[in-house]
Amino acid sequence: MSERKWQELPKGAVSYKSSKDYKTGDWGVEAPEIDREKCTKCTLCHFYCPEGAIKMREDGYTEVDLDYCKGCGICAKECPVKCIVMVRKSG
Amino acid sequence: MGLNGDEAVAYATKQVNPDVVAAYPITPQTIIVERYSEYVADGEVDTEFVAVESEHSALSSCVGASAAGARAFTATAANGLALMWEILYIASSLRLPIVMALVNRALSGPINIHNDHSDGMGARDSGWIQIYCENSQEVYDASIEAWRIAEHLNVQLPVMVCLDGFTLSHTMENVMTLPDEDVKKFIGERPFIEVEGHLGKGEFRLNPELPLTMGPLDLQDFYFEHKLHQVEAMEYALEHIKEIDVEWSDVSGRKYHYVEPYKMKDAEVALIGMGSMVGTIRHVVDELRSEGVKAGMIKLRLFRPFPAKEVKKAVGNLQVLGVMEKAISFGAPASPLLEEIMTAYYHDEKKPMMANYIVGLGGRDVSPKMIREAYDDLLKIKKTGKVKKIMTYVGVRGE
Repeated sequence: MSERKWQELPKGAVSYKSSKDYKTGDWGVEAPEIDREKCTKCTLCHFYCPEGAIKMREDGYTEVDLDYCKGCGICAKECPVKCIVMVRKSG
Repeated sequence: MGLNGDEAVAYATKQVNPDVVAAYPITPQTIIVERYSEYVADGEVDTEFVAVESEHSALSSCVGASAAGARAFTATAANGLALMWEILYIASSLRLPIVMALVNRALSGPINIHNDHSDGMGARDSGWIQIYCENSQEVYDASIEAWRIAEHLNVQLPVMVCLDGFTLSHTMENVMTLPDEDVKKFIGERPFIEVEGHLGKGEFRLNPELPLTMGPLDLQDFYFEHKLHQVEAMEYALEHIKEIDVEWSDVSGRKYHYVEPYKMKDAEVALIGMGSMVGTIRHVVDELRSEGVKAGMIKLRLFRPFPAKEVKKAVGNLQVLGVMEKAISFGAPASPLLEEIMTAYYHDEKKPMMANYIVGLGGRDVSPKMIREAYDDLLKIKKTGKVKKIMTYVGVRGE
């Protein structure tokens, strides 16, 4: 919850933060884990991710940004070599 | 000039010259839309007239226009208002100072096009300011004042100017109007509050130079706080409408109050009501006075925000108060207005006995005879000291 009191919030429910400031990754129950031994660097997971939370690295592999990953599992489902598994988050 | 209530709205709005009018015709509001579209066609206004396909779209267009910084106006009645329902709440919570003329008409069903207050009373919790007019003069005046009220920097809420269908909307009266320049000067330009968006502080309007997010998803963590903003805005409205009434009186010579008592000083019984019927009640009070009955009446002009303090002041030491209303809340212990007044008095030791008289549903004429029946009942209550029946339906066959 915001520290701001109701009197301090902008009128009309105007959002005073950018969407980047909302770390929606904490909604997720599961998070993807990539096995880079099996990964072929096809980058399909990057294109399929509905949140744009899977970025491409310099070395050609992909990496999940857990600040925004909601754990939908589409990447794991679509991975042609099944190198992504969904793992239940702890805590 | 000779204007009926609808024409008074259209003429006042022509003088205001809002940027956008989006409205869909519905009886008995149609004349407003007809007249206004003539003004647009004749080039008498600069308004963008949006001929929408429904009332839901009419108010949605106003929301968009107002968010972009425009002055936006619409008008409707009964079922049209019902179709706007969803957007009513959006307009008020987004703090958009839209002005709407609501030509009060009975909600269907069964289908009926005549006057009562079921439409306006249904929208009483939507966060809109509501002014109820007694005659076309008040309609004209309120249709101009409404902009200043809505756009006051501490208020920033939409305003409904309510006028009784047919009784006012289609009845020609002599209305004193102001020159265009005086109206223009009175309303000035729309002012904007400053808000803090994600890119910094700026005027509260959609502007590509400084983008803002309006109407975002607002869940458990913020929605409640934003509702308090609306509560606060209504409290401010109660404070500032008075000042705008004074300013309007300086310009027009006509002074309005939230509550207007008539012969209340020594009154023993009185009725309180809203809209056109208060004129008939005043006539009956005069008749009763000539017969030696100490009768009085109170006209309520502002319903939202509810002026509890002013109502109590007008009631004073009165012994029996009758609340006459053109609306029913099915299953409720009383009509909306009586509930408000009783709530306002609950903690007071000294309060009048109160009774409820429902009249005129579906446009049934509220005759002097019916009003006399209510006063007779109030006198009976005064004599016996007991309210035997809180709710009475006046002028109904079989009652």
